[in-house]
Amino acid sequence: MKKLLKSKSLIFTAVLIIAYILISVLIDQGKFTRSQQAIMLRMCSNIILAMSLNLVVGSLGELSLGHAGFFCAGAYAGGYFAVHAGLPLTVSFIIALIIGGIVGAIFGFFISSSILRLRGDYLAIVTLAYGELIRSFAKIIPALGGTRGLIGVPSLGSRGDQWMYMFAVVIITFVLISNFTRSRHGRAINSIRDNAIAAQSIGININRYKVMTFTISAFFAGMAGVVFAFFKGNVEPADFTYNLSIEALLMVVFGGMGNLVGSIIAAAGITALPEILRDAAEYRLLIYAISLILLMIFTSNPKLVELRKRFVPKTLFASRRKEGVTNGNA
Amino acid sequence: MQVFVNFIMDGLNLGSVYALVALGYTMVYGIAKMLNFAHGDVIMVGGYTIYIVFLQKDMGIAAAVIASVLICSVLGFVIEKLAYRPLRNATPLSVLITAIGVSYLLQNIALLTFTSELKLISSFIKLPTFNVGPVRIEGISVLIWITTLVIMVSLNNFIQKTKTGKAMLAVSEDRGAAQLMGIDVNKTISITFLIGSALAGLASALYIAKYQKIEPYTGSVFGIKAFAAAVFGGIGSIPGAALGGILIGLIEALAIGYLPDSIRPASDGVAFAILIIMLVLKPSGMLGKTKIEKV
Amino acid sequence: MVMLKTVDLGISFGGLNAVNSFNIEVEEGQLYGLIGPNGAGKTTVFNLLTGVYKPTTGRFSLAGEDLTGKSPTEICNHGIARTFQNIRLFKNMSVIDNVKVALHTRMKYPLASSFFRFPNYFSTEKRMNDEALRLLEVFDLDKHKDYNAASLPYGKQRKLEIARAMATNPKLLLLDEPAAGMNPNETAELMETIRFVRGEFNMTILLIEHDMRLVAGICEKLTVLNFGTELASGETTEVLKDPQVITAYLGE
Repeated sequence: MKKLLKSKSLIFTAVLIIAYILISVLIDQGKFTRSQQAIMLRMCSNIILAMSLNLVVGSLGELSLGHAGFFCAGAYAGGYFAVHAGLPLTVSFIIALIIGGIVGAIFGFFISSSILRLRGDYLAIVTLAYGELIRSFAKIIPALGGTRGLIGVPSLGSRGDQWMYMFAVVIITFVLISNFTRSRHGRAINSIRDNAIAAQSIGININRYKVMTFTISAFFAGMAGVVFAFFKGNVEPADFTYNLSIEALLMVVFGGMGNLVGSIIAAAGITALPEILRDAAEYRLLIYAISLILLMIFTSNPKLVELRKRFVPKTLFASRRKEGVTNGNA
Repeated sequence: MQVFVNFIMDGLNLGSVYALVALGYTMVYGIAKMLNFAHGDVIMVGGYTIYIVFLQKDMGIAAAVIASVLICSVLGFVIEKLAYRPLRNATPLSVLITAIGVSYLLQNIALLTFTSELKLISSFIKLPTFNVGPVRIEGISVLIWITTLVIMVSLNNFIQKTKTGKAMLAVSEDRGAAQLMGIDVNKTISITFLIGSALAGLASALYIAKYQKIEPYTGSVFGIKAFAAAVFGGIGSIPGAALGGILIGLIEALAIGYLPDSIRPASDGVAFAILIIMLVLKPSGMLGKTKIEKV
Repeated sequence: MVMLKTVDLGISFGGLNAVNSFNIEVEEGQLYGLIGPNGAGKTTVFNLLTGVYKPTTGRFSLAGEDLTGKSPTEICNHGIARTFQNIRLFKNMSVIDNVKVALHTRMKYPLASSFFRFPNYFSTEKRMNDEALRLLEVFDLDKHKDYNAASLPYGKQRKLEIARAMATNPKLLLLDEPAAGMNPNETAELMETIRFVRGEFNMTILLIEHDMRLVAGICEKLTVLNFGTELASGETTEVLKDPQVITAYLGE
C-alpha cells in the first residue's frame, strides 16, 4: 500500500476517477449550464490532444505544429464511420475511436518517416505544412463534404451520457500514455531528447523511436479528433487550422513540458478560460501569447534557471528528481 | 501560350516578394541561428502601418513606405531585445516556442485593433502597364523586381565589405570566437534584426502595392512560405534566398494556375506541399553548405 | 584472441586526412592506450570505430567480425561501447535510468507491455533494476540512483558514463579521456575503477588519454598518433622512451 501511494500517477488516476463520478452526478442533477457542459466535453478532446502532443514535445523534445492535422484526420475518419455505419451508438463510438486513432497513426507514421533527416526548426515548419496539407485535402474530398464538412455525426445522448463516454477515454488515455512514458520505450525516447548521439552509442535506433513516438502520438491525437466529432456533431475544415496546433502547444508548455498531469490541468484550464473570463474573452489570446513568452523566458533563461535553483529549497528538487524512478518500480 | 506567360509573370512577381522576405529570414537564421517565426507578422504590422498612414491619414506613398520601414525596424529590434535576447543560450526548442509566442502576440494585437475584416488598400502605388510583344508587364512588377535586385546586391556588398557585415559573418561562423575577437555579439545580432525587419517593412509596401489588401493572418502563411524559400535556397545564403523565392513563386503560380477547379479550394495546400518537398528532399538547400556535427 | 583489428583505417574531411592508415590490434582482455597531442585524430578513431563517421579507407573488425560501414546502433549491438570526451549523459533522467536505458537492447518486452503492463513488464523491469543497481554499486553510484544525472559531481558523471557503457554488455570498451578535468585524487580513484572493471568483467579496453601517469600506470600497450598518422606502437615502457614520441609531445 505504501508503495502504491508513492506512485503519483496512480494517485492522479484516482483523482481523475473521483472527478469523473462527481461531475457525472452533478451533470445529472443539472448543476451546470448548457455552455458549461459543452466546455467540459470540449475539455475531454483537448486534454487527449494535449497529452498526445506532450509525447512529442515533452518526451522526444521535438516540436510538432501539425497535430491539428492528425486530429483532423481522426475526426473525419471516425466521424465518417459513425455517420455511415448505423451501428448502436456505444459500439459505433468505440469502433470510431479505433478507426480515428489508426488513421491518425497512419498519417503520423508516414509523415514522421519522411522527416527523419529534419530536426528542430525545420521539423516544426514541415509538420505545420503537413497539418495544413491534411486540412486542404479534407476540403476537396467530396465524400467528406468539401468545405462545408461532414454533418450528422450521431450524438451519444444527453450531455451527461456524452461526458460518461468521453471522460472515460480521457482516463484510459492517461493511464496508457503514463505507462508508456515509464517503460523501456519511454526511456529510450527520453534518451534521444537528452542526447541523441549518446543514445545512438548505447544501441538505440533513433529513427525507429522518432517514428514510433510520432505514430503513437498521432494515434491519440486522432482519437481526440473522434471525441471532438462526436461532441460537436459535425466536422468542417475550419475546425483544424494551425491555431489548434498552437493551442495544443500552449497546453503542453503551460503544463510543463514532459509533465502529463500538468498537460491535463493546463488543457482543462485553457478550455475553461473563455467561460471564466467571459468579460475579457477577446483578450484571452493576447493573454496566452504574453504568458507564453514570459513563461519561456522565466523557465529557460540560463541566469534565471540558476537563480531559481539557488532559492527554491533543495528538497523540492530532490523529490521531483525521484519521481520518475519510484513510479517505475510501483 | 499567352496564359502560360501570364502565369510566369505572376510567379516572378510573387517570387520577388518572397525573395525579399526570404532575405530577412536568411539573415536572421544565418547569424542569430534562430527561426524568427514572427518575421511574417512584422510584415503584417508594416501592412497595417501603410493602411493607417496612407489610407486613414492620407499622407502619401513616400510617408507610408518610410513609416512602414521605420515601424518594422523598431519592432524587430524590440522583439529581439525583449523576447529573444534573454534566451540567447537556452535550448533551441524554447527559443522557437518563444518566437511562436511573439508571432501569436502580434496577430492577436492586430486582431483586437483592426478586427479580422480584410482591409483593402486599392490605390497604393499605381504604375502604368505596358506591353512587350505579346507579354503584358505591370509597372508594379518592374518596381518589385528592381527593388529586390537592388536590395540583394547592396545587402551582399554590405556583408562582404563593411566592418559590421564582417562582424555578422564572424558571429554566424562561431559566436564564441567572435566574442573573443572583441566583436559585440549582442550588438551585431541587434543590427541583424534591425536590417532584417527593415526589409520586412519594404516587403510589406511591395506586398500591398501588388495585392492591395491586408488582414491579421496575412503575414504568417506568407512568412512560412518565404522561410521555405530561404531554406530551399540554402539558409544563410543571400543569392540563395533570392533564387529560392523566385522558384517557389514560379512553382506556386503555375501550380495554382493549372489546378483543376475541383481541387481549387485546396490551393493553399500547393504552397505547403512545395514546402514539404523542398525541406524533405534538400534540407541543406541549393546554395547552402552541409555541416558535420562534432562528437 | 584478437578482439579489435583495424586495417588501414582512414577518413578525410574535405581533402584533409584526419586519420590516415590506422592499424591496431588489441588482444582480448588487454588495456590499450591511444595517445597523441591535441588534434592528432584520437577521437576521430573512436568515431570511426563506433560508426559515427564512415571510414573513407580501410576496414575494422571485432572478434573477427567485420563491422566496417555499420550504423552506430548495429555496432553497439555487436559489442563496442564508448564514453565521450565531453560528457554526454541523459541529463534530465535519473542516474539509474541512465543505466537502465542502456539495458534496452538486452532486456526486452514488447510495445504492448509498455502500454498495458503485462506480467513481463514487471519481471523485466525488476531484472533491469537489479542489473542497473549491480553496475551502479561497482561504480559506487548506488547511493545516488534517484538523483538527476546532471546533479552529480563531475567525477561521478564520468563514472556514470562508464557504467552506462558497461550496461550494453560490450566486448570492447572505448574510453575517451576518462580522467579529463579530474583532480589527482579522482584520477587515482578512476584508475582503480578501470582496473577493477577490467578484472571483474575481463573487459578489453581501448583508452584515449592525455594524463601520462594514468597511461603509464595501467596500459600494457600504446599507439601514438600524430597528425592523423601512427607515430609509434608497442609496449608502454618502450613507446614512452621513443625519441620521436618525446619530440611530438615536448616539442624540439
